[in-house]
Amino acid sequence: MKSCLVVDDSPVIRKVARRILEDLKFSISEAEDGKEALEQCRVSMPDAVLLDWNMPVMDGISFLVALRKEQGGDRPIVIFCTTENDIDHITRAITAGANEYIMKPFDRDIIESKFHEVGLL
Amino acid sequence: MNAKQFEFLRHILKQYSGIALSADKQELMELRVEKLLKEQRISSVAELCEALSRQDGESLRWRLAELMAIQETYFFRDKTVFSCFTDTILPALIERRASTRHLRIWCAAAATGQEPYSIAMALAEMRAKLTGWKVDILATDFSEEALMKARSGVYRQFEVQRGLPVTLLLKYFGRNGNDWEIRPEIRQAVSFRQQNLLHNSMRHGMFDLIFCRNVMIYFDQETRAEVLGRLTQQLSNDGFLVLGATETVRGMSEELGPLPTPCPGVYQHLPYQTGMGEEELGYLGPEPQGRLMRRPAVKRRYI
Repeated sequence: MKSCLVVDDSPVIRKVARRILEDLKFSISEAEDGKEALEQCRVSMPDAVLLDWNMPVMDGISFLVALRKEQGGDRPIVIFCTTENDIDHITRAITAGANEYIMKPFDRDIIESKFHEVGLL
Repeated sequence: MNAKQFEFLRHILKQYSGIALSADKQELMELRVEKLLKEQRISSVAELCEALSRQDGESLRWRLAELMAIQETYFFRDKTVFSCFTDTILPALIERRASTRHLRIWCAAAATGQEPYSIAMALAEMRAKLTGWKVDILATDFSEEALMKARSGVYRQFEVQRGLPVTLLLKYFGRNGNDWEIRPEIRQAVSFRQQNLLHNSMRHGMFDLIFCRNVMIYFDQETRAEVLGRLTQQLSNDGFLVLGATETVRGMSEELGPLPTPCPGVYQHLPYQTGMGEEELGYLGPEPQGRLMRRPAVKRRYI
């Protein structure tokens, strides 16, 4: 079973994402900001990270930059999932090492399609 | 909607779009008819049926068919098909057309444009191998409404998130308000024309590659055979016909045989003088004897 870390400060979004991803046979862990996510990754690197952009304490892009510098931090497939939907944000994310990008609002089809895109399904 | 009205509407649908709606789809018909009533400001199904049966009801009959046609599509729909296109079909065609450097591709049921634009993007990604080539992509659909959207090249956010990798979104799309607009170089690579597959399509000429995926599944056997016959006529001797992965020509065409996996739903004219037999092609159709007589012996190479 592949593991996915869902990072979002909204409990509702985390719950929705968890439900969809559990249906797709992922084991889910959650974090509510980048700092907490990074701490979890240091203990155990997940196969995938579904990552919000705007969060308190540490935002998604800072987390991604930090993650890629960690030992083994190049391994997780990182998929942004954010309301930021302009070309600048998407370009920044991809340049920083994100593998895919989901613009909110999302649904099951989009999650499935994007996870398929990066070979997680 | 009573049974008689449903039967009448089904008949019109079949006549104009070829779609053979099964008897258990009354609910779907009611849903679309509701939209038609609202749009045309007609107050009842009875009134609609009356208007549809009038001689001057042509555009209304057409609109009913258009509303019923299934338009579900997305970019790079079915990855297997696009891998087959870039890894198997294109290399073969590039080799065979090396002298003319000209390819003609037809999307025969282009709907809102995702398929032809995906093909154009796939070709743009392979541009290094296609320097100096002329590639025509003709996209046709029977729905003017679908074609209008296709021509605009503007897609909603959810539409660019299904099937389209974000790297291609960045490369080939720009923002248009809240929507995304395909870049001019991709849009200009595709020409759009209205074409009902039930009618003669010979005016478009011959093609090296024809996509007609998940359309004929809505037709009855007779219509399917007719349409397939026409597509086959417009397919060059060594061209490829791409149907939906689960579609088959078995029992409808004696001229076509499938390519082996990993290209499900892809067909070519059957071999006559070739080193590769039908068994190797994975062809399971009728015994080939008769065909050997019917067509001239052309040296064909199969992939």
